[in-house]
Amino acid sequence: MPFNFEKLAPPVFDQMVKEVKPKPTVLKNAVLAFVVGGLICALGQIMFFSYLSMGLPEQDATSATAGTLVFLGALLTGLGWYDTLGKFAGAGSIVPITGFSNSIVASALEFKREGYIFGVGAKMFIIAGPVLVYGFMTSALIGLTYYLVR
Amino acid sequence: MITPVSPQETMPVVTPKPEKKVGAQTYVMTDPPYIAGAYTLVGPKEGAGPLGAAFHQVLSEPQWQEPSWERAEAKMMTTAVEAAIAAAGWGIPDVDLFLAGDLLNQIMAANISARSIGIPFFGIFGACSTMAQGLALGAMLLDGGFAHRVVTAASSHHHTAERQYRVPNELGTQRPMTAQWTVTGSGAAALAAGQVPGPPAGTGTAETQAYVEGAGGQSTANIRVTHVTVGKIMDLGQKDAANLGPAMAPAAAHTILTHLQDTGRQVSDYDLIVTGDLGQVGLEMAFQLLRSEGTDPGKRLTDCGVLIYNHERQDTHAGGSGCGCSAVVLLGYLLRLLNEGAYHRILFVGTGALFSPTSFQQGESIPGVAHGIVLESQTTMWQH
Repeated sequence: MPFNFEKLAPPVFDQMVKEVKPKPTVLKNAVLAFVVGGLICALGQIMFFSYLSMGLPEQDATSATAGTLVFLGALLTGLGWYDTLGKFAGAGSIVPITGFSNSIVASALEFKREGYIFGVGAKMFIIAGPVLVYGFMTSALIGLTYYLVR
Repeated sequence: MITPVSPQETMPVVTPKPEKKVGAQTYVMTDPPYIAGAYTLVGPKEGAGPLGAAFHQVLSEPQWQEPSWERAEAKMMTTAVEAAIAAAGWGIPDVDLFLAGDLLNQIMAANISARSIGIPFFGIFGACSTMAQGLALGAMLLDGGFAHRVVTAASSHHHTAERQYRVPNELGTQRPMTAQWTVTGSGAAALAAGQVPGPPAGTGTAETQAYVEGAGGQSTANIRVTHVTVGKIMDLGQKDAANLGPAMAPAAAHTILTHLQDTGRQVSDYDLIVTGDLGQVGLEMAFQLLRSEGTDPGKRLTDCGVLIYNHERQDTHAGGSGCGCSAVVLLGYLLRLLNEGAYHRILFVGTGALFSPTSFQQGESIPGVAHGIVLESQTTMWQH
Protein backbone atom coordinates (compact mmCIF):
# COMPACT_ATOMS: atom_id res chain seq x y z
CA MET A 1 0.00 0.00 0.00
CA PRO A 2 1.48 3.35 -0.96
CA PHE A 3 2.40 5.78 1.79
CA ASN A 4 0.78 9.20 1.93
CA PHE A 5 3.99 11.10 1.20
CA GLU A 6 4.36 9.36 -2.16
CA LYS A 7 1.46 11.48 -3.41
CA LEU A 8 2.99 14.81 -2.37
CA ALA A 9 2.98 17.23 -5.30
CA PRO A 10 6.45 18.50 -6.24
CA PRO A 11 5.68 22.12 -5.21
CA VAL A 12 4.44 20.93 -1.78
CA PHE A 13 7.54 18.83 -1.23
CA ASP A 14 9.67 21.72 -2.51
CA GLN A 15 8.15 23.96 0.13
CA MET A 16 8.97 21.39 2.84
CA VAL A 17 12.57 21.27 1.59
CA LYS A 18 12.79 25.05 1.51
CA GLU A 19 11.89 25.24 5.19
CA VAL A 20 14.67 22.82 6.12
CA LYS A 21 17.41 24.17 3.85
CA PRO A 22 20.10 26.26 5.54
CA LYS A 23 19.80 29.88 4.45
CA PRO A 24 22.67 31.24 2.37
CA THR A 25 24.62 33.96 4.17
CA VAL A 26 23.67 36.66 1.65
CA LEU A 27 24.85 39.75 3.54
CA LYS A 28 28.21 38.26 4.49
CA ASN A 29 28.71 37.02 0.90
CA ALA A 30 27.83 40.44 -0.54
CA VAL A 31 30.19 42.28 1.79
CA LEU A 32 33.09 39.90 1.11
CA ALA A 33 32.42 40.04 -2.64
CA PHE A 34 32.36 43.83 -2.51
CA VAL A 35 35.60 44.10 -0.54
CA VAL A 36 37.63 41.48 -2.44
CA GLY A 37 36.24 42.48 -5.83
CA GLY A 38 37.00 46.09 -5.00
CA LEU A 39 40.56 45.22 -3.95
CA ILE A 40 41.18 43.34 -7.21
CA CYS A 41 39.89 46.34 -9.17
CA ALA A 42 41.99 48.72 -7.09
CA LEU A 43 45.02 46.54 -7.79
CA GLY A 44 44.20 46.82 -11.50
CA GLN A 45 43.92 50.58 -11.21
CA ILE A 46 47.32 50.80 -9.48
CA MET A 47 48.82 48.67 -12.26
CA PHE A 48 47.22 50.89 -14.89
CA PHE A 49 48.67 54.06 -13.35
CA SER A 50 52.09 52.40 -13.03
CA TYR A 51 52.07 51.40 -16.70
CA LEU A 52 51.03 54.97 -17.62
CA SER A 53 53.82 56.41 -15.51
CA MET A 54 56.26 54.04 -17.26
CA GLY A 55 55.31 55.84 -20.44
CA LEU A 56 52.86 53.41 -22.05
CA PRO A 57 50.06 55.06 -24.07
CA GLU A 58 46.66 54.75 -22.43
CA GLN A 59 45.31 52.00 -24.70
CA ASP A 60 48.43 49.86 -24.27
CA ALA A 61 48.37 50.42 -20.51
CA THR A 62 44.80 49.04 -20.44
CA SER A 63 45.84 45.94 -22.38
CA ALA A 64 48.94 45.47 -20.21
CA THR A 65 46.83 45.72 -17.04
CA ALA A 66 44.32 43.15 -18.32
CA GLY A 67 47.18 40.87 -19.36
CA THR A 68 48.89 41.12 -15.97
CA LEU A 69 45.65 40.41 -14.10
CA VAL A 70 44.95 37.40 -16.34
CA PHE A 71 48.48 36.16 -15.65
CA LEU A 72 48.00 36.61 -11.90
CA GLY A 73 44.69 34.71 -12.00
CA ALA A 74 46.34 31.89 -13.94
CA LEU A 75 49.33 31.78 -11.59
CA LEU A 76 47.18 31.65 -8.46
CA THR A 77 45.04 28.92 -10.06
CA GLY A 78 48.14 26.90 -10.90
CA LEU A 79 49.39 27.28 -7.34
CA GLY A 80 46.02 26.05 -6.10
CA TRP A 81 45.20 29.29 -4.26
CA TYR A 82 42.47 30.78 -6.43
CA ASP A 83 39.82 28.24 -5.40
CA THR A 84 40.51 29.12 -1.76
CA LEU A 85 40.13 32.80 -2.59
CA GLY A 86 36.96 32.06 -4.56
CA LYS A 87 35.45 30.16 -1.67
CA PHE A 88 36.02 33.19 0.53
CA ALA A 89 35.17 35.98 -1.89
CA GLY A 90 32.52 34.40 -4.15
CA ALA A 91 31.48 36.77 -6.92
CA GLY A 92 34.21 39.16 -5.78
CA SER A 93 36.82 36.94 -7.39
CA ILE A 94 34.64 35.40 -10.13
CA VAL A 95 33.49 38.59 -11.83
CA PRO A 96 36.85 40.36 -12.38
CA ILE A 97 39.03 39.24 -15.29
CA THR A 98 41.11 37.14 -12.87
CA GLY A 99 38.03 34.93 -12.41
CA PHE A 100 37.74 34.51 -16.18
CA SER A 101 41.37 33.44 -16.22
CA ASN A 102 40.72 31.00 -13.35
CA SER A 103 37.81 29.38 -15.18
CA ILE A 104 39.99 28.65 -18.23
CA VAL A 105 43.14 27.57 -16.43
CA ALA A 106 41.26 25.40 -13.91
CA SER A 107 39.57 23.58 -16.82
CA ALA A 108 42.82 23.21 -18.73
CA LEU A 109 44.57 21.79 -15.66
CA GLU A 110 41.71 19.46 -14.90
CA PHE A 111 41.52 17.87 -18.32
CA LYS A 112 45.23 17.73 -19.17
CA ARG A 113 45.26 13.97 -18.54
CA GLU A 114 42.77 13.45 -21.36
CA GLY A 115 45.38 14.79 -23.82
CA TYR A 116 46.04 18.10 -25.56
CA ILE A 117 43.31 17.72 -28.20
CA PHE A 118 40.22 16.30 -26.52
CA GLY A 119 41.38 17.24 -23.04
CA VAL A 120 42.96 20.68 -22.80
CA GLY A 121 41.86 21.89 -26.25
CA ALA A 122 38.25 20.81 -26.10
CA LYS A 123 37.56 21.22 -22.38
CA MET A 124 39.44 24.46 -21.71
CA PHE A 125 36.34 26.55 -22.35
CA ILE A 126 33.68 24.44 -20.63
CA ILE A 127 33.12 27.19 -18.08
CA ALA A 128 34.26 30.27 -20.01
CA GLY A 129 32.79 29.11 -23.34
CA PRO A 130 29.26 30.43 -22.79
CA VAL A 131 30.67 33.79 -21.65
CA LEU A 132 32.69 34.03 -24.87
CA VAL A 133 29.89 32.86 -27.17
CA TYR A 134 27.27 35.22 -25.81
CA GLY A 135 29.79 38.01 -25.24
CA PHE A 136 30.92 37.91 -28.88
CA MET A 137 27.33 37.64 -30.11
CA THR A 138 26.25 40.64 -28.07
CA SER A 139 29.19 42.74 -29.22
CA ALA A 140 28.53 41.81 -32.84
CA LEU A 141 24.86 42.75 -32.49
CA ILE A 142 25.71 46.06 -30.84
CA GLY A 143 28.30 46.76 -33.52
CA LEU A 144 25.76 46.06 -36.26
CA THR A 145 23.12 48.22 -34.55
CA TYR A 146 25.64 51.02 -34.17
CA TYR A 147 26.62 50.76 -37.87
CA LEU A 148 22.97 50.88 -39.00
CA VAL A 149 21.74 53.56 -36.60
CA ARG A 150 24.68 55.88 -37.04
CA MET B 1 -7.28 -18.77 -38.62
CA ILE B 2 -7.11 -18.52 -34.88
CA THR B 3 -8.06 -21.57 -32.92
CA PRO B 4 -9.89 -20.83 -29.70
CA VAL B 5 -7.92 -21.67 -26.59
CA SER B 6 -9.41 -24.33 -24.40
CA PRO B 7 -10.60 -23.14 -20.97
CA GLN B 8 -8.02 -25.33 -19.30
CA GLU B 9 -5.18 -23.41 -20.89
CA THR B 10 -6.50 -20.02 -19.82
CA MET B 11 -6.55 -21.06 -16.16
CA PRO B 12 -4.12 -18.76 -14.31
CA VAL B 13 -0.93 -20.54 -13.43
CA VAL B 14 -0.47 -20.23 -9.69
CA THR B 15 3.19 -19.64 -8.98
CA PRO B 16 4.15 -20.24 -5.38
CA LYS B 17 5.38 -17.17 -3.54
CA PRO B 18 9.18 -16.99 -3.52
CA GLU B 19 10.12 -18.79 -0.34
CA LYS B 20 12.65 -16.23 0.86
CA LYS B 21 10.44 -13.21 0.22
CA VAL B 22 8.28 -11.60 2.89
CA GLY B 23 5.88 -8.73 2.32
CA ALA B 24 6.32 -6.46 -0.66
CA GLN B 25 10.07 -5.93 -0.99
CA THR B 26 11.95 -7.85 1.68
CA TYR B 27 14.01 -11.03 1.43
CA VAL B 28 14.88 -13.10 4.49
CA MET B 29 18.10 -15.06 4.41
CA THR B 30 17.44 -18.70 5.29
CA ASP B 31 21.04 -19.28 6.28
CA PRO B 32 22.34 -15.74 6.79
CA PRO B 33 25.66 -15.03 5.06
CA TYR B 34 28.35 -13.52 7.24
CA ILE B 35 30.95 -10.82 6.75
CA ALA B 36 34.19 -12.77 6.85
CA GLY B 37 36.42 -9.76 6.38
CA ALA B 38 36.24 -6.05 5.73
CA TYR B 39 38.64 -3.29 4.87
CA THR B 40 38.26 0.45 4.44
CA LEU B 41 40.62 3.16 3.33
CA VAL B 42 40.02 6.87 3.09
CA GLY B 43 41.64 10.12 2.06
CA PRO B 44 43.28 12.58 4.45
CA LYS B 45 40.15 14.71 4.96
CA GLU B 46 38.09 11.70 6.04
CA GLY B 47 40.99 10.53 8.21
CA ALA B 48 40.95 13.90 9.98
CA GLY B 49 37.20 13.61 10.62
CA PRO B 50 35.51 12.32 13.78
CA LEU B 51 35.60 8.68 12.56
CA GLY B 52 39.24 8.82 11.43
CA ALA B 53 40.42 6.21 13.92
CA ALA B 54 37.80 3.70 12.77
CA PHE B 55 39.15 3.31 9.24
CA HIS B 56 41.75 0.68 8.48
CA GLN B 57 43.96 2.94 6.40
CA VAL B 58 44.21 6.68 5.88
CA LEU B 59 46.03 7.98 2.81
CA SER B 60 48.36 10.93 3.31
CA GLU B 61 47.46 12.43 -0.06
CA PRO B 62 44.47 11.74 -2.30
CA GLN B 63 46.38 11.00 -5.52
CA TRP B 64 48.43 8.23 -3.87
CA GLN B 65 51.37 8.59 -6.31
CA GLU B 66 49.16 7.55 -9.23
CA PRO B 67 49.12 9.30 -12.62
CA SER B 68 45.47 10.37 -12.25
CA TRP B 69 42.73 10.69 -9.64
CA GLU B 70 40.86 7.89 -11.36
CA ARG B 71 43.82 5.52 -11.10
CA ALA B 72 44.13 6.45 -7.45
CA GLU B 73 40.49 5.55 -6.88
CA ALA B 74 40.94 2.20 -8.66
CA LYS B 75 44.04 1.49 -6.57
CA MET B 76 42.08 2.27 -3.42
CA MET B 77 39.39 -0.21 -4.38
CA THR B 78 41.91 -2.89 -5.36
CA THR B 79 43.71 -2.46 -2.04
CA ALA B 80 40.46 -2.63 -0.07
CA VAL B 81 39.34 -5.78 -1.91
CA GLU B 82 42.64 -7.61 -1.52
CA ALA B 83 42.85 -6.68 2.14
CA ALA B 84 39.24 -7.72 2.84
CA ILE B 85 39.91 -11.09 1.20
CA ALA B 86 43.06 -11.49 3.25
CA ALA B 87 41.27 -10.44 6.43
CA ALA B 88 38.79 -13.26 5.76
CA GLY B 89 41.73 -15.62 5.52
CA TRP B 90 40.97 -16.43 1.90
CA GLY B 91 43.00 -16.24 -1.25
CA ILE B 92 41.79 -14.60 -4.48
CA PRO B 93 41.01 -18.00 -6.13
CA ASP B 94 38.65 -18.87 -3.25
CA VAL B 95 36.30 -16.05 -4.21
CA ASP B 96 33.49 -16.89 -6.64
CA LEU B 97 32.24 -13.42 -7.50
CA PHE B 98 33.22 -9.78 -7.25
CA LEU B 99 30.49 -7.11 -7.20
CA ALA B 100 31.60 -3.50 -7.26
CA GLY B 101 30.74 -0.03 -8.41
CA ASP B 102 31.65 3.62 -8.11
CA LEU B 103 30.40 7.02 -9.27
CA LEU B 104 32.35 7.45 -12.49
CA ASN B 105 31.02 7.11 -16.01
CA GLN B 106 30.81 3.40 -16.91
CA ILE B 107 32.05 2.68 -13.32
CA MET B 108 35.65 3.17 -14.43
CA ALA B 109 37.32 2.63 -11.05
CA ALA B 110 35.54 -0.67 -10.45
CA ASN B 111 36.34 -1.91 -13.97
CA ILE B 112 40.04 -1.09 -13.64
CA SER B 113 40.10 -2.64 -10.18
CA ALA B 114 38.33 -5.80 -11.37
CA ARG B 115 40.83 -6.08 -14.22
CA SER B 116 43.73 -6.33 -11.82
CA ILE B 117 41.96 -8.53 -9.26
CA GLY B 118 40.76 -11.14 -11.75
CA ILE B 119 37.68 -12.47 -9.91
CA PRO B 120 34.54 -13.04 -12.06
CA PHE B 121 32.93 -9.62 -11.96
CA PHE B 122 29.56 -7.88 -12.04
CA GLY B 123 29.77 -4.10 -12.19
CA ILE B 124 26.96 -2.39 -10.31
CA PHE B 125 25.75 1.20 -10.13
CA GLY B 126 23.51 2.65 -7.48
CA ALA B 127 25.22 6.00 -6.89
CA CYS B 128 25.70 6.33 -3.13
CA SER B 129 23.61 3.18 -2.54
CA THR B 130 26.21 1.02 -4.30
CA MET B 131 27.57 -0.58 -1.11
CA ALA B 132 24.07 -1.54 0.00
CA GLN B 133 23.35 -2.83 -3.48
CA GLY B 134 26.52 -4.94 -3.44
CA LEU B 135 25.84 -6.36 0.02
CA ALA B 136 22.21 -7.10 -0.93
CA LEU B 137 23.10 -8.85 -4.19
CA GLY B 138 26.01 -10.64 -2.55
CA ALA B 139 23.89 -11.93 0.32
CA MET B 140 21.15 -13.05 -2.08
CA LEU B 141 23.61 -14.85 -4.35
CA LEU B 142 25.17 -16.60 -1.36
CA ASP B 143 21.91 -17.54 0.30
CA GLY B 144 20.50 -18.59 -3.05
CA GLY B 145 23.29 -21.13 -3.33
CA PHE B 146 25.00 -19.56 -6.34
CA ALA B 147 28.28 -18.87 -4.60
CA HIS B 148 30.19 -19.62 -1.44
CA ARG B 149 32.36 -16.54 -1.25
CA VAL B 150 31.64 -13.10 -2.68
CA VAL B 151 33.53 -9.86 -2.38
CA THR B 152 31.71 -6.58 -2.78
CA ALA B 153 33.20 -3.11 -2.90
CA ALA B 154 32.33 0.53 -3.54
CA SER B 155 34.45 3.61 -3.91
CA SER B 156 34.29 7.30 -4.57
CA HIS B 157 36.92 9.99 -4.84
CA HIS B 158 36.30 13.66 -4.25
CA HIS B 159 38.40 14.83 -7.18
CA THR B 160 37.11 12.32 -9.76
CA ALA B 161 33.51 13.05 -8.82
CA GLU B 162 33.90 16.85 -8.80
CA ARG B 163 35.35 16.98 -12.29
CA GLN B 164 32.74 14.63 -13.69
CA TYR B 165 29.57 15.84 -11.97
CA ARG B 166 30.34 19.47 -11.20
CA VAL B 167 33.19 21.81 -12.05
CA PRO B 168 36.99 21.61 -12.31
CA ASN B 169 38.59 21.21 -8.88
CA GLU B 170 40.56 24.46 -9.05
CA LEU B 171 37.59 26.62 -10.05
CA GLY B 172 37.05 29.40 -7.51
CA THR B 173 33.34 29.03 -6.77
CA GLN B 174 31.29 28.83 -3.60
CA ARG B 175 29.38 25.65 -2.87
CA PRO B 176 25.79 26.07 -1.70
CA MET B 177 25.10 25.26 1.97
CA THR B 178 23.01 22.27 0.89
CA ALA B 179 25.83 20.67 -1.11
CA GLN B 180 27.50 17.51 0.16
CA TRP B 181 31.19 16.70 0.02
CA THR B 182 32.11 13.59 -1.98
CA VAL B 183 34.09 11.24 0.23
CA THR B 184 37.45 9.93 -0.93
CA GLY B 185 37.28 6.37 0.25
CA SER B 186 36.75 2.75 -0.59
CA GLY B 187 35.34 -0.12 1.40
CA ALA B 188 35.23 -3.83 0.64
CA ALA B 189 33.47 -6.69 2.38
CA ALA B 190 34.21 -10.37 1.98
CA LEU B 191 30.91 -12.23 2.34
CA ALA B 192 30.60 -15.96 2.96
CA ALA B 193 27.53 -18.18 2.68
CA GLY B 194 26.07 -19.14 6.07
CA GLN B 195 27.25 -22.74 5.86
CA VAL B 196 30.80 -21.93 4.79
CA PRO B 197 33.05 -22.73 7.73
CA GLY B 198 35.21 -20.00 9.26
CA PRO B 199 38.45 -18.92 7.67
CA PRO B 200 40.38 -21.90 6.35
CA ALA B 201 43.75 -21.39 8.01
CA GLY B 202 46.55 -20.23 5.83
CA THR B 203 44.64 -19.77 2.57
CA GLY B 204 45.65 -16.14 2.32
CA THR B 205 49.23 -15.74 1.21
CA ALA B 206 51.76 -14.89 3.88
CA GLU B 207 52.34 -11.56 2.16
CA THR B 208 48.69 -10.43 2.28
CA GLN B 209 48.27 -11.74 5.82
CA ALA B 210 51.22 -9.71 7.00
CA TYR B 211 49.91 -6.71 5.10
CA VAL B 212 46.51 -6.95 6.71
CA GLU B 213 47.93 -7.41 10.19
CA GLY B 214 50.13 -4.39 9.64
CA ALA B 215 47.24 -2.29 8.36
CA GLY B 216 44.82 -3.54 11.00
CA GLY B 217 42.43 -5.43 8.72
CA GLN B 218 39.40 -6.85 10.40
CA SER B 219 37.90 -10.31 10.54
CA THR B 220 34.30 -10.06 11.66
CA ALA B 221 32.89 -13.56 11.23
CA ASN B 222 30.09 -13.05 13.74
CA ILE B 223 28.20 -10.41 11.77
CA ARG B 224 25.53 -11.67 9.42
CA VAL B 225 23.22 -10.22 6.78
CA THR B 226 19.78 -11.43 7.76
CA HIS B 227 17.39 -9.37 5.62
CA VAL B 228 17.51 -7.41 2.40
CA THR B 229 14.88 -4.86 1.41
CA VAL B 230 15.19 -3.85 -2.22
CA GLY B 231 14.10 -0.27 -2.74
CA LYS B 232 11.79 1.24 -5.31
CA ILE B 233 12.63 4.46 -7.10
CA MET B 234 11.03 7.47 -5.42
CA ASP B 235 10.98 10.85 -7.12
CA LEU B 236 9.09 13.79 -5.67
CA GLY B 237 10.30 16.15 -8.37
CA GLN B 238 13.53 17.43 -6.84
CA LYS B 239 15.84 18.89 -9.49
CA ASP B 240 18.62 20.57 -7.53
CA ALA B 241 21.88 18.70 -8.11
CA ALA B 242 23.46 20.74 -5.31
CA ASN B 243 20.88 19.47 -2.83
CA LEU B 244 20.64 15.70 -3.28
CA GLY B 245 19.57 14.78 0.25
CA PRO B 246 15.91 15.74 -0.23
CA ALA B 247 15.85 13.87 -3.56
CA MET B 248 16.81 10.66 -1.73
CA ALA B 249 14.85 11.19 1.50
CA PRO B 250 11.53 9.85 0.14
CA ALA B 251 13.28 6.66 -1.03
CA ALA B 252 14.93 6.24 2.37
CA ALA B 253 11.62 6.76 4.20
CA HIS B 254 9.84 4.40 1.81
CA THR B 255 12.39 1.61 2.24
CA ILE B 256 12.49 1.96 6.05
CA LEU B 257 8.69 1.92 6.36
CA THR B 258 8.32 -0.95 3.88
CA HIS B 259 11.00 -2.93 5.69
CA LEU B 260 9.22 -2.49 9.02
CA GLN B 261 5.89 -3.48 7.46
CA ASP B 262 7.34 -6.50 5.65
CA THR B 263 9.11 -7.85 8.71
CA GLY B 264 6.51 -6.82 11.27
CA ARG B 265 9.25 -5.11 13.24
CA GLN B 266 9.39 -1.76 15.06
CA VAL B 267 12.07 0.89 15.00
CA SER B 268 12.93 -0.26 18.54
CA ASP B 269 13.92 -3.69 17.19
CA TYR B 270 17.02 -1.97 15.81
CA ASP B 271 19.86 -0.44 17.76
CA LEU B 272 20.44 1.89 14.84
CA ILE B 273 18.91 2.72 11.50
CA VAL B 274 21.58 4.34 9.40
CA THR B 275 21.02 5.89 6.00
CA GLY B 276 23.87 6.63 3.61
CA ASP B 277 24.16 9.41 2.57
CA LEU B 278 21.33 11.85 3.00
CA GLY B 279 23.38 14.57 4.64
CA GLN B 280 21.87 16.95 7.18
CA VAL B 281 19.13 18.37 4.95
CA GLY B 282 18.10 14.96 3.60
CA LEU B 283 18.13 13.38 7.06
CA GLU B 284 15.81 16.09 8.36
CA MET B 285 13.50 15.46 5.39
CA ALA B 286 13.54 11.71 6.08
CA PHE B 287 12.58 12.41 9.71
CA GLN B 288 9.66 14.56 8.54
CA LEU B 289 8.41 11.95 6.06
CA LEU B 290 8.69 9.12 8.60
CA ARG B 291 6.85 11.19 11.22
CA SER B 292 4.12 12.01 8.69
CA GLU B 293 3.47 8.24 8.53
CA GLY B 294 3.40 7.94 12.31
CA THR B 295 6.89 6.50 12.76
CA ASP B 296 9.30 8.56 14.86
CA PRO B 297 12.72 6.94 14.82
CA GLY B 298 14.11 9.51 17.29
CA LYS B 299 17.79 9.04 18.06
CA ARG B 300 17.89 5.61 16.43
CA LEU B 301 18.05 7.16 12.95
CA THR B 302 21.27 8.68 11.74
CA ASP B 303 23.16 9.07 8.49
CA CYS B 304 26.65 8.10 7.27
CA GLY B 305 27.06 11.47 5.54
CA VAL B 306 26.36 13.28 8.80
CA LEU B 307 28.69 11.04 10.84
CA ILE B 308 31.80 11.13 8.66
CA TYR B 309 32.81 14.80 8.93
CA ASN B 310 32.85 17.55 11.49
CA HIS B 311 30.77 19.92 9.38
CA GLU B 312 31.72 23.10 11.21
CA ARG B 313 35.43 22.46 11.29
CA GLN B 314 35.83 20.65 7.98
CA ASP B 315 33.66 22.97 5.89
CA THR B 316 31.68 20.13 4.35
CA HIS B 317 28.30 21.91 4.42
CA ALA B 318 25.43 19.38 4.46
CA GLY B 319 27.64 16.31 4.91
CA GLY B 320 29.49 13.57 3.10
CA SER B 321 28.31 11.71 0.01
CA GLY B 322 29.52 9.27 -2.62
CA CYS B 323 29.65 5.47 -2.78
CA GLY B 324 32.70 5.53 -0.54
CA CYS B 325 30.94 7.38 2.27
CA SER B 326 28.47 4.73 3.38
CA ALA B 327 30.97 1.99 2.45
CA VAL B 328 33.65 3.22 4.85
CA VAL B 329 31.28 4.32 7.61
CA LEU B 330 29.50 0.95 7.55
CA LEU B 331 32.52 -1.31 7.09
CA GLY B 332 34.91 0.75 9.19
CA TYR B 333 33.00 2.41 12.00
CA LEU B 334 29.67 0.56 12.35
CA LEU B 335 31.11 -2.91 11.84
CA ARG B 336 33.53 -2.26 14.69
CA LEU B 337 30.66 -1.24 16.95
CA LEU B 338 28.76 -4.39 16.00
CA ASN B 339 31.86 -6.46 16.55
CA GLU B 340 32.49 -4.94 19.96
CA GLY B 341 28.90 -5.54 20.98
CA ALA B 342 27.87 -1.88 21.19
CA TYR B 343 25.17 -2.68 18.63
CA HIS B 344 23.50 -6.01 18.03
CA ARG B 345 21.27 -5.32 15.10
CA ILE B 346 21.29 -2.42 12.66
CA LEU B 347 19.35 -1.53 9.55
CA PHE B 348 21.65 -0.01 6.96
CA VAL B 349 19.78 1.90 4.25
CA GLY B 350 22.05 2.87 1.35
CA THR B 351 20.53 5.77 -0.56
CA GLY B 352 21.38 6.83 -4.10
CA ALA B 353 20.54 9.91 -6.17
CA LEU B 354 20.45 8.36 -9.64
CA PHE B 355 21.11 11.46 -11.69
CA SER B 356 23.65 12.12 -14.39
CA PRO B 357 24.96 15.47 -15.61
CA THR B 358 23.00 14.84 -18.83
CA SER B 359 19.69 14.11 -17.08
CA PHE B 360 20.21 17.18 -14.92
CA GLN B 361 20.94 19.44 -17.90
CA GLN B 362 17.89 18.11 -19.71
CA GLY B 363 15.73 19.17 -16.78
CA GLU B 364 14.90 15.70 -15.46
CA SER B 365 14.06 15.37 -11.80
CA ILE B 366 16.29 13.16 -9.69
CA PRO B 367 15.25 9.52 -9.15
CA GLY B 368 16.15 8.38 -5.63
CA VAL B 369 16.63 4.83 -4.46
CA ALA B 370 17.33 3.17 -1.11
CA HIS B 371 18.15 -0.44 -0.28
CA GLY B 372 17.93 -1.82 3.24
CA ILE B 373 20.28 -4.42 4.76
CA VAL B 374 19.93 -5.87 8.24
CA LEU B 375 23.24 -6.65 9.93
CA GLU B 376 23.11 -8.66 13.10
CA SER B 377 25.86 -9.89 15.34
CA GLN B 378 25.74 -13.63 15.87
CA THR B 379 25.57 -13.55 19.65
CA THR B 380 22.11 -11.99 19.58
CA MET B 381 20.96 -14.07 16.65
CA TRP B 382 20.74 -17.16 18.82
CA GLN B 383 18.97 -15.29 21.61
CA HIS B 384 16.05 -14.24 19.45
